Amino acid sequence: MIKQRYSGLAVALCAILAGLIVGSIVMLAFGYSPVQNYINLFDGAFGDIYSIGETLRNATPLMLTGLGFSIASKAGFFNIGGSGQYLVAWFGSIVFALQFKELPGWLLIIGAIVVGSLLGGIWSWIAGVLRAYCGTSEVITTIMLNYIALYFVNFAVKNWLAAKGADSSANIVQKASLRTPWLEKLTNNSTFNWGFVIALILIILTWLYMTKTKSGFEIQAVGLNPQASKYAGINAKKTIMIAMLLSGVLAGLAGSVDGLGNYQNISVSNSLPNIGFDGMAVALLANEHPIGIIFAAILFSGLQVGGLSISVYSTTPTEIVDIVIASIIFFVGIRYLFERLITPLLAQRGVKN
Amino acid sequence: MNKKVVVVLSAVLLLAGGVLTGCGSSNANKKNSDTAALVTDGGGIDDKSFNQSAWEGLKKWGKSHDLAKGVNGYNYAQSNSDADFTPNINKLIKANYSTIFGIGYKLDNAISDAAKENPKVNFAIIDSVVKNRKNVASVTFKTEQSSFLAGVAAAETTKTNKVGFVGGVNSSLIKTFEVGFKQGVKAVNPDIKVDVKYAGSFSKADVGQSLATAMYNNGEDVIYHAAGGTGAGVFTAAKNASKSGNKVWVIGVDQDQKADGKYDGGNVTLASSVKEVGTAVKDLSNKSMKNKFPGGKTVSYDLKDKGVSLVNDNMSKSAWKSVKAYQTKIENGSIKVSAE
Repeated sequence: MIKQRYSGLAVALCAILAGLIVGSIVMLAFGYSPVQNYINLFDGAFGDIYSIGETLRNATPLMLTGLGFSIASKAGFFNIGGSGQYLVAWFGSIVFALQFKELPGWLLIIGAIVVGSLLGGIWSWIAGVLRAYCGTSEVITTIMLNYIALYFVNFAVKNWLAAKGADSSANIVQKASLRTPWLEKLTNNSTFNWGFVIALILIILTWLYMTKTKSGFEIQAVGLNPQASKYAGINAKKTIMIAMLLSGVLAGLAGSVDGLGNYQNISVSNSLPNIGFDGMAVALLANEHPIGIIFAAILFSGLQVGGLSISVYSTTPTEIVDIVIASIIFFVGIRYLFERLITPLLAQRGVKN
Repeated sequence: MNKKVVVVLSAVLLLAGGVLTGCGSSNANKKNSDTAALVTDGGGIDDKSFNQSAWEGLKKWGKSHDLAKGVNGYNYAQSNSDADFTPNINKLIKANYSTIFGIGYKLDNAISDAAKENPKVNFAIIDSVVKNRKNVASVTFKTEQSSFLAGVAAAETTKTNKVGFVGGVNSSLIKTFEVGFKQGVKAVNPDIKVDVKYAGSFSKADVGQSLATAMYNNGEDVIYHAAGGTGAGVFTAAKNASKSGNKVWVIGVDQDQKADGKYDGGNVTLASSVKEVGTAVKDLSNKSMKNKFPGGKTVSYDLKDKGVSLVNDNMSKSAWKSVKAYQTKIENGSIKVSAE
């Protein structure tokens, strides 16, 4: 058991190392200095309190979409709709915050978050219902729902929220924002906000739910063996819908938190936000373990935020970071290879000890 | 065993990297006071459109003042998502760039916030207006005027009395292209039908191609696109139609797109409605250098000051003459082009 856990961690670390090595090879091949660029990257992500604030803020939605993906995945479903769920929730939260601005601040924030994440949940639940009652592949429906979300939100923002001649909504009032002067001062004016705390709480809650409750157990049982769990008397239809609903609520929460904490408004998007897909990568790297998701999200976020520094301080294009991230995912994907390499090593150690 | 190999290999690679390139340069402390950088709005600096035009303008400015790319000269920061705007701007501030451009309306919040925190840095926002900030110059383009001329060109060229418009995302900004184009067409001949289609994206060449193919098949023989990368598909469709004997035209956008219209046996680019983002960037960087930065003001570029224009690629002489005539009328104010 313990050995297994270590092997998951070891695979992740090997994948990260291998990803960084691939990045250095590419940089060398094109005549850039990997050492200097990785130093710039690290500095840009964790070098000072401002960067740390920015990295943690950027990690927040990654944690939540990663967590959302992992819940559906544990039930055996592939929820690719994170981006759409994120978008409708972002939209819902901003609409609520704009409509009810006379409410007291705490109520406004809670209301906006609840409305947003519920919208996200419903968006994903639709795919769950279709799967449970019609057997429709959730992969296809969630992809399609992504596009419906994108075009609907663009339409709604432009026609209902934006002033004439503008392409984004008004900003939400200060009291509806998840940013506070205290946190901004603490992190030297970064966009760090309460969203990170919310995400941490949700990670603990999800972990408790999945390991300590009957419903969480049912989700895992259906994922491990649908036939056996049916035989054991678990209502598969209900479990599918709950798993997809929760998955969407978490992805939606990411959108709400980003909308209220980071963007403060919503504008017409040119394309789907990447966050849903990045969340999948985070969940994969973390092997869908809630605690692992925290670290995987911070790593990815650090690569993304720090990566922006690369082109500022050198002539290396920022895209190099995409290569590193993609290679890490690739190496996680071929974890089988690492497991073959690592398991004997661990076994040897076991014998020696 | 195998792990050892990995460790050794990685150590060798990392060391080699450091040795080969001499550990990079570390003279970032030497500071030039007149430096400029831009933040892209999601497209890269090679998007064949807006961001590329801005970056080329900045490069020209840098070269004309003997500056190099980097912290002592000019630079860009690419945004992969909207969440990157604020970190990108702050990284540039930290690297002490004296003028920072936000390329695109989506950055207006981020620029506004950054300008409030950093009153000594000059900021500029393209295609949007940031109010109440003394250190932000807002740059807008009267693209409805150049689109009006594109409409004139289309109306003077069409043989079927049917023309088309393909937009990227249906946003207020792209709407100015559409309404300007329609006004231009109607000014020449109110009977010409204008078919308006939106692709819903600036990066879907396949959607652009299928929309345009359907439009050409429908007898529309000139299409004006304001769709960035999606427009590449419009060009493909036009070339396919022209190769099979149905001579059709495209009016390009943002940059002179003559090269994009070239095919075996001809060219489908009729004209290009150019928006000189690069000129604006260069202009403002120069002004900042001379301490004449128009902070707090809105700078509007139009036909008259050549901030927008219609470039003749393959127009007939009579069509070009007509365009020139309308241009004079817009410039002297006898025709007012509405943006809505």
